[in-house]
Order: sequence, then structure tokens, then C-alpha cells
Amino acid sequence: MTALRRLWALAVIPIISIVLALLLGSLLIIASSLAIGESLNLLLPLIAYESLLEGATGLSLLDVNAAGVPSLAFSIDPDRAARALTSTVAAAAPLVLTGLAVGVGFKAGLFNIGGTGQVLVGAFVAAIVGAAVADQPVPIAVTVALAAGALGGAFYGFIPGALKAFTGAHEVVSTIMLNSLAFFIIVGLVNDIFKIVGPSFARTADVGNAALPVLFGRNGTVGVLIALAAVPITWFLIYRTTLGFEIRTVGANPSAARYAGMSPRRLIILTMSLCGLFAGLAGSIEILTLGYYPAVFGTGIGFAGITVALLGRAHPVGILLAALLLGGMRAGAPSMQITANIPIEIIDVIQGLILLFLAAEVVIRRTFRIRAERVTPGELGTVAKTYGEGTV
Amino acid sequence: MTQTVSAPALEMRGITKRYPGVVANDGIDLEIRPGEIHALLGENGAGKSTLMNILYGLATPDAGEILLDDTAVTIAGPADAIARGISMVHQHFMLVPVLSVADNILLGEETMANPIFLDRREAHRRIVDLGKRFGFDIDPEMKVESLSVGWQQRVEILKALYRDARILVLDEPTAVLTPQETKDIFLVLQRLADEGHSIIFISHKLFEVLEIADRITVIRRGQVVGTRIPSETNEDDLAELMVGRNVQLVVDRGESHPAEPALTVNDLRVTDDRGQESVKGVSFEVRAGEIFGIAGVAGNGQEELVEALTGLRSPTAGQVSVAGKDVTRHGPRALQQAGMSFVPGDRHRFGLVLSFPLEDNLILTQYDEAPYSRGMVRNDAAIRAWAKQAIAEYDIRTPSATVTAGTLSGGNQQKAVVAREFSRKLTTLILDQPTRGLDVGSIEFIHRQVVAKRDAGAAILLVSAELDEVLELSDRVAVMYRGEIVAVVDGPTAEREDIGLLMATGRRGAAAEAALVAATHVTGPGVEA
Amino acid sequence: MEVLFDIPILGFVLQFIAYLIEAVTTTNLAPQTLQLATPIALGALCGIMNERSGIVNIGIEGMMLTAAFVGFMVAMLVHEAMPQSEPTAIFGFTPALVIGILAAIGAGMLVSALHAWLCVTVRADQIISGTVINIIALGLTGYLNRLIQPTGSAGTLDPFRPPEFLVDLPVVGWIFRMFLAVGPITMSVIVFVIILQILLFRSRWGLRTRAVGEHPRAADTVGIDVLKLRYRNVILGGIFAGLAGAWLTLEFNQSFQNGMTANRGFIALAAVIFGRWTPIGAFGGALLFMFSEALGIAIRSNPPEGDLGVFLSGIQAAYPSLYNNAFGAMPYLLTLIVLAGVVGRSVAPAAVGRPYVKEGAS
Repeated sequence: MTALRRLWALAVIPIISIVLALLLGSLLIIASSLAIGESLNLLLPLIAYESLLEGATGLSLLDVNAAGVPSLAFSIDPDRAARALTSTVAAAAPLVLTGLAVGVGFKAGLFNIGGTGQVLVGAFVAAIVGAAVADQPVPIAVTVALAAGALGGAFYGFIPGALKAFTGAHEVVSTIMLNSLAFFIIVGLVNDIFKIVGPSFARTADVGNAALPVLFGRNGTVGVLIALAAVPITWFLIYRTTLGFEIRTVGANPSAARYAGMSPRRLIILTMSLCGLFAGLAGSIEILTLGYYPAVFGTGIGFAGITVALLGRAHPVGILLAALLLGGMRAGAPSMQITANIPIEIIDVIQGLILLFLAAEVVIRRTFRIRAERVTPGELGTVAKTYGEGTV
Repeated sequence: MTQTVSAPALEMRGITKRYPGVVANDGIDLEIRPGEIHALLGENGAGKSTLMNILYGLATPDAGEILLDDTAVTIAGPADAIARGISMVHQHFMLVPVLSVADNILLGEETMANPIFLDRREAHRRIVDLGKRFGFDIDPEMKVESLSVGWQQRVEILKALYRDARILVLDEPTAVLTPQETKDIFLVLQRLADEGHSIIFISHKLFEVLEIADRITVIRRGQVVGTRIPSETNEDDLAELMVGRNVQLVVDRGESHPAEPALTVNDLRVTDDRGQESVKGVSFEVRAGEIFGIAGVAGNGQEELVEALTGLRSPTAGQVSVAGKDVTRHGPRALQQAGMSFVPGDRHRFGLVLSFPLEDNLILTQYDEAPYSRGMVRNDAAIRAWAKQAIAEYDIRTPSATVTAGTLSGGNQQKAVVAREFSRKLTTLILDQPTRGLDVGSIEFIHRQVVAKRDAGAAILLVSAELDEVLELSDRVAVMYRGEIVAVVDGPTAEREDIGLLMATGRRGAAAEAALVAATHVTGPGVEA
Repeated sequence: MEVLFDIPILGFVLQFIAYLIEAVTTTNLAPQTLQLATPIALGALCGIMNERSGIVNIGIEGMMLTAAFVGFMVAMLVHEAMPQSEPTAIFGFTPALVIGILAAIGAGMLVSALHAWLCVTVRADQIISGTVINIIALGLTGYLNRLIQPTGSAGTLDPFRPPEFLVDLPVVGWIFRMFLAVGPITMSVIVFVIILQILLFRSRWGLRTRAVGEHPRAADTVGIDVLKLRYRNVILGGIFAGLAGAWLTLEFNQSFQNGMTANRGFIALAAVIFGRWTPIGAFGGALLFMFSEALGIAIRSNPPEGDLGVFLSGIQAAYPSLYNNAFGAMPYLLTLIVLAGVVGRSVAPAAVGRPYVKEGAS
């Protein structure tokens, strides 16, 4: 009973935020449909969200007739549900990792907005190394490629960590600069050095045996297992080990950490590298599923990690749940676009709105008369505090 | 100004203010006459600050009324209070360090050349004139951060006078001053009172109140428990009124039995954040079984000295050894292993992680040692067991060991730090302002623990801005002045006045008096040419 | 002179310096630098307005992006409604462009008002508030852009044509070209920088703003309404973010692309730090960061001669994509390097990032 109540206290504000974001999103859907000259259809959001749900889970709640009028009709097609759920899980797996890449940083009072760059570097390294070991036996090839990608990401997290530790350059700016740098340099490298002859667009060689083995469905790869394993491992690291205690202490109060004999510099570098490692792993999973690295590799998973971490309250389990939600939205969005003619980008808006309501939690609390724990990870205060303060 | 002498300048009647769980002010009556210095005496948490916040419009009373010159008024906020001639000098100065003296004084009451731009020249003229009127020369261009505490206080007072304050509230104005600086400020206050200003002087220092006040009102637990005239009362009477019981003003510390030196510091030099050398070749030794106190006005290098000794700051030269082992430039971790324990001066910044549970704070410096960790993994059972023990032994009043440290009162927070640092195996104990901002009960408790630790054979270095605390506990007292130790005297026989002069001037006796005069009138911050 | 150019390494450096001098004085390098620096400088002014009053703003990027989109869309719609209106002789203002700029400014202020509300009233974490703004801006503009799929445009503002004799003056001609042969928004930056610099350090508003950013309680105790001042400054700062957005779609480009701000908002933050929270310093930072991009354009359109030219064209031939992308990456790299080198000695206003709670308020 008390455990349930505690869980509810943790989840109530995220849940309300999600509901409010969906409501506000539906207003946007109606308004924007009017703006492009369609007739008023108050049921449009309902149709959209239902097709989103169906795309994500295979669960159908509505039947839309030829005139576009929906009626309640519950149905589930097992094959379709399996496919949809596999897609959702597959989409969630990298998000879990990029979510951890941000969430673990929060614990140390660091805001890693460099997920995008770390994903790119990790993916690129995994693709190059994967192609190099393409002929090795599958277990070796996959392990080597994944490890290389993870290390690539870790290196790309190490840079802003070291910059912050030794020069005081705040990670909020430096990681963003590194994102842009990674993008430009990798495009150049693929085009000029690693491009293979044959395909109509610039891309690297096939990763062959380093491609992630599919365990279930069409795209349920080993990556899903890795992401699932990362959650308890991270939880244990953060809450049960002395290193985790150090990370949390430096996040909550860097001065006290120094006083307690910890080395904030070491911890900042270590944590940023760990964040990069998670993001690099996410990028590797993406690229080793795809099989090669295309010169312009657009992926929103690095950026979405911020949403995942904030929505998941920087807690590994919360991050897992948030990643599943966002993964579902990503998996379901194409079917929503087809059924309701609503651009996929609406899910980005809804994600942003969820964060907006989370940020305004005080207002939500007052409006709905809720007494619950704070949503915002407290260590974020340290991010704002260290901003512009110079060296640690 | 055609007011009769007896009519009060300010009257507060039946002021009541409740906060969740506490009645901070419970029907307080206060009457201030024109030209009077009225002391408000009470312990920390007695309700003095709340009452003054109400007067200054920072808080709204639940009941009661405020009368200015016999007219009931509602004070909406600081701006309103200022407009009605009430000004406040806060205990923590409300000055912007990076701005100049003039800008600080102008702020909120700007002298304008036109609707947009400031008239700094006119403002400077007025500030210099005002300063002269009350006996000090001040350079309005100086940055506040480069001024000594005593001068910052003068800036605060000028700020009030610039706003034509008739009623001036000073909250613990002498807490950070040397006895000599206190005397100077008292002269200024007397002059203000003679010109007809009313002064409310908040303090918990009995002898000061007796010296400066025309009348003394004592507050305890949100209620007025008495009003006295200095000539008709004494320290014991006031102390009993203030605390509500007979207090032992001095801890019985007994004889010390010093043994071999445990902490040796040799020609230590340390630079501060701005690159200035603030500890200039300090040498001393603390023997096992003695309390070595360092007195000094805040900002004379004590902070940097403590940081260097505890590994938070790297000294530029010199040696430190603990129990015969050279530990110069060792980090906090290595020092702890060498047997040093440290109660930091700023418990919110260093001593505690306020967002962590109490039990985690109780192992903050031992988290990776047995039994609290096994290898890399925390041992929650051991942590919890120790928390239970510490809460009992050190009388930490808390609902449980898992509440966050931030929810505890200051006294209980400090007891948690003391519990943690006193309980480890140690040969040397460094205490930086161990009782700052605590209630009398907690102070007594901690002082007794310190003496017990000494008697158990620890070498204790006590650094405190409270001269009284240093004198009360120390077996030997060193005085730090401008980064140097200018004297070491025997604790039990030390003269308060003597130490005070050393703190203010670095010299003793007649030479010190001369230096003091010179310091106040010649080398004060930037005398106007 | 030629002899010196043959010295290994040093010769390259000398050739490069010679090229720089030539490019600055004879080509469009100087005005191009100022143009490219415009959104950075405007974003930085927005950042200064925020941070001087104690609010961190990492949402400048999102504010710019929203303003760029709104400005573009409004201008396009107005243009469609009145396509015949003649542009003015100077700067080529049309009603559509003017209304578009105003709309962009309005959008910047509106988003800033959201930031102010979150930071001041709600007391949300200021870093999160900025992040939320960036995410929503990217999502919303992307969504609407995809939905509407704009095909038209309202054209762009024209650069001013200064009198020939001014820009042809020897030695100093390029300075006139830099500051005069540019569009109106670019030109306004210089005015804003100077005005803000003076106001910040000489006016009552500036004194109060700096006090609130350093020690809000001190300001509160002398009767300054900290929350109101923060609201006002953050919202007014939105004007600059709005103008930066307008520059993107109404002066520099004539279309809107998703995410077209390309992290300029964050370079602006670095410029604020570089300039130690002064408008003039931040402006210098913006020029410094964007000079590299302008130089890249100059080198590619007008490559240097001699050994340096041979060397560069050799790289270009062997690695064409890397060569081009390296120039694209230059501002980000430069920002990173400068940030790492400068920030340790640069101290932000003391109260930045901390929500202010009035004493006695719960």
C-alpha cells in the first residue's frame, strides 16, 4: 500500500503532464487543420491519437467509416500487435540509452546536451570498425563493433568533461559545439574517405556479420537486450556503489564532495565519459541495425534523450518507462500520418509540451491539489549554478 | 519637527505572526522614542528578526498594529518602509560586492541627471558630505568587495542616512566586528541618536547591550519578557530573562594536559582566489590534548589557512605535518587517513549535502571505508546502524535517519557534522566556526563535546570569529592579523581587551592604540584628497 | 617580400597574413563577417539582458527559431495579400517585410515571456526552461512548416549602398564597407550594442539590473521589485532574439528550414561569456567567432595565390567534402577553443540561475 502510494506520488505529475500535453496537442491539431483550409473536425485528434496507439501497440479502438466518422470498435490483431510492439521496443531501446546518457549526467550535476554528437561519433566508429570485422564470426564482430562504438561515444563525452574539469568551459555550450563539429567532420570523412562505390548515395561499407542479430520480430535485435540490461546496471551503479554515491554527491554539492575527499574533476570527466558511452552505444545499435553509415545520418535519438531523462526523473526505471512511451510514439507516428494526415513532427511538439508541464510542476500541483515529490532532479540546480562560474 | 519628547517615534502593538508550526511573534508590544537607542535582546530564533521584518514590510503580521508618530500605518514593503523613514542594516550586509560604494548607496534611491541617466557627481558629493557629518571619510568610487567589514557597515549606515532614515534598525551589527570596530560604530550610533534618530539595536551580546542602549527589551519565544534600563540591570539578570533559566555562561573546561605536538605548521603561505597572498608564513604547533584557538577578524587569512590545512586549497610554501608525518599538499582524503578530522565553517556549503538523507550525511567522509562499504558496494545495514547510534549519542533531534538533512534545524545539522567528524579515529581536529548561528543549547552541547575530545587526547585547532568562543575554550590563543600570527597567549589568562587590540591592529598596548587612531583616520579606505 | 614567403611554415603564416589583409581590404570579408555575426550578437544581447538580471537563458536558440518562422510566415502571407507594393529605395522595405519583422519581434517577446514566467513565477529550473523552449520551438516550427509547406516568400531586405567614394577610400574604405554595405538588421546591431552598453553602466535601469543580477535580496531591501524587473528584462531581451530570427528569414535567407538556427543561439551564449556580460565584449566575440566562417567563404570564392593557395587547392582536390565541411565547422571549433581558454577567468553575475524568493514568502 505505501509502496504503491510512493510510486503514485512519483508518477502522478508526469502522468498529468502527459495528459495535458495530449490535450493541448489536440487543440493544435484542430487549429492547424483549420489553418490549412480543412473543415472543422473535432474528432480529428481522437482519430490521430487512436492511430498513434494502434501503430504503437496494435490495439485498435475506433472504426472510421468512409465519411471519416469514427465509432467505438475494440479490436486487436495478434500479428499486427506483435509487429507494432516489436517496433515500439526497438525504437525505445536506443532512447533508453540516450536517456541514461542525459540522466546519469544529471546525477552529477551535469547537463549533457551532447547526446547528438556522441551518438554520431559512436555510430560512425561502430560502422567503420563493424565493416572492418565484417567477416569475423558474429559474436566477435558484434561485440567488437559495439564496444568500439561505445568507446567512440565515451571519448566524445570525455572531451567536454575534461574541458569542464580543467578549463571550466560549461558543458551546455561545449557539448552543443561538439555536436555541430561531429556532424561536419563525419560527413566529410564519409564522403572523402570511407565512401564505397556502388550505392547511389554516400555511405560506408556494410557491417556484415557485425549487424545486430535479430532475436524476435522484424527488428527486435540484441540492442533491446543491451538497453534492458543497462537499466539495472545503472541503477546499481548510481544507488548502490560508492562511485554512485560520489557521483550523486558531486551533483548535489560539489564543495561538499571536495571536502569529503572526492575529486570533482575526476568525477566530472568520468561521468561525462560514461554518458558518452551510453550515447555511443545507442548510436552503435542504430547503425548496426541499419548495416552501414550514410553520410548524412539524421537521428533524433540524442536530442530525445533529454526528454526521456527529464520525463523519467533521471531515474533508470523512470527512463525506461519514458523511453517506452517515446518509442511507442515514434513507432506509431507513421500510421498516424497516413490515417489522420498529421505530420510526424506533432510528436516532437507533444514531447516538448510534456516537458513544459513538467517544468511548471508547481502550477500543476496547485491546480490539481497534489502533494507529491518534486519532479525536477535536484542536481539540476548545480547545472545552473556552475553555469559561468568557471572552474570547479 | 514639533514633536514632544515623550511621544514615541514608533509603536508596535500586539504584533502576532504565525508560521506553520510556530508562533514567531506572540502579541509583542514595542515602543521606540525619538533619539533613543533601544536594544532588542533575544536568542537566535526568539522572534527578533520576524518582528523587524514586519516593521520593514518584509512580512505581514497576522495581528497587531504599527504606529508611526501616533498614526497607524500599514507597511507594504521595503520601499514603503524606506519612504516612511525606516531603514534596516541587515546582519548579512545587503551590499552588492562588485558595485562601488556610491552605486550601492544610490541603488533604489537614485540621484538622477535626467529621467534616464544617473547623476553620479552629485551623488558622490552628497555621500562624502554625509560621511563627514558622522565622522568618517569615504571614497564613493571604492568597490564594496575591497572594503573591510567595518567599513561595509558604515556604507550600510550611509545607505540609511542617504534615505533620510529616522528609525534605523541594526540587526546584530557587531557580530563580525572587533571590539575596537564595535567602539567606533557605537560612536557613530551615539552621534545619530544625538541628532534625533531612533535606533533599534538587535543583539544577543549582553555586555554590548548594557553599554550602548538607553532601554533594553528582551524577547523570548516570540514574547516580550521584560524591558530594562541598563543602570537597573546586569548581565545575569538579562541572561536569565533571555534564556528563561539560569545559564552557565562558561563551560567548565578544567585543566588541559598537553602532550607531544600532533599538528605542526611551519612557515605556511597560501594565496586566495584573487591571487593575493593571504597567509604569510604562519607557524605554530598544536599538541595532543590541548585546544589551540585562532582569533581574528574575518578575512585576515583564517579561511585560507583552514582550507590549506584541510586540503581544500594548496599552499604555495611551507610544511604541515600531522602526528610527525609530512602531509603538505595532501588532499582531504589523505589527511583524513592521516588522522585529521574537520568541522567546516560553512556547513551548508561543505559539511552537508542538504538534499541527502541524514544517514548519508553521517557517513559523508567515511562512505568508502569499512564497515560502510564492502569493496565498491554500500553496506546499508551498517550505515543505518551507525545513524541510529549517532542520533542517540549526539542528541540529533530528527523524525528519522532518512529525512533529508535540509529539513533539520541548524543546531541539529551541526550536531550531525560533529557526530560524523568526532566519531572517527583521529589525532587532530580542526574546528572552523563550530557554533556559528546556533542556539544556546546546541552551543553548550558542542562545547562540551569539544572539551571531552581534548581530554581524550586530541589536538584541537579552533578557528572562530567569535572572540568569546575562542577565549572560552582555548588553552592557548593565537591572533591572526593580515595573514600573520601576531601573538600567541595563554588562553585562561588572556585579556579580552588585549586580544581585541591585537585583532584590530596586530599590536599591543600603547602602540596598538596609536595604530588604531591612525587606521581609522588616515589609512581608512581611500580618503578623499 | 617574396623571399620571406619561401621560408617553411613561417612563409605560410606570412602568406596567410598577407591574404587576410588583402581579403579584408579588397573583398567582402569585413561586411560578410558583420552579417554573419549579426544573429550571434543579437542573441548575445538577449542573453545579456537575461543574465545581467540573474536569469540563465539557454533557450535563445528556440526563441530565434520561433521568431524566424513566425516572421517568415507572416511576411509571406502579407506579401501574398499585397504583392504589388513597391519596396523602399533604401533597404528595400516592403509592408510585408516590415510586418514580418514586427511579427518576429513579437514572437521573440512571447517566447521570452514564457521563459520569464517559468523562471520567475513558477521558479522552474532555468536550464530546463530554456531546454523546453528549444525543444518546443524545434517541434512546433517543424510541425507547422511540414503542415503548411510554404512555397512563397516575401523576398529579403537589401543591403545599403554607401557612396562609392567612401568605400573606395584607401586604408579605411573597408571599415565603411563593413558597417554601411549591409542590411538594416545588421546595421541596427551596432546601434543596439552601443545603446545597451551605455544604458547598462550609466542609467538607473542598468544599475538596478546589475544589482538584481548580483544580489537580488539587496535590491529587494531597498525597494526594487526584483521579480518585475526580471520579467521586464527577459521579455525585452526577446526583442533581440526576435530580430535575430528575422535576420535569418527576412534579411539573410528568404526561406525557412527546420532547425535553421544551427546552434547560433548557443554560440551567442559563448559570446556572452567571452564578452564578460558586456554588450561590446559580446559583440567582439560574435565577430571573432563568425570571422572564421566569412573567411572560409572568402577563401573558397577567391583562393589565395602562391604556395598557400597551392597547398589549399591540393587539400581541396584530395578531400573536397572534408575541405568544405572544415570551413563549416570552423565557428563551432573556434567557439569551443575560445570558451575553454577564456571562461575560467570570466565570472557570471552572482545570482544567475537562482530563482528569487522574497523573504517571508512561502
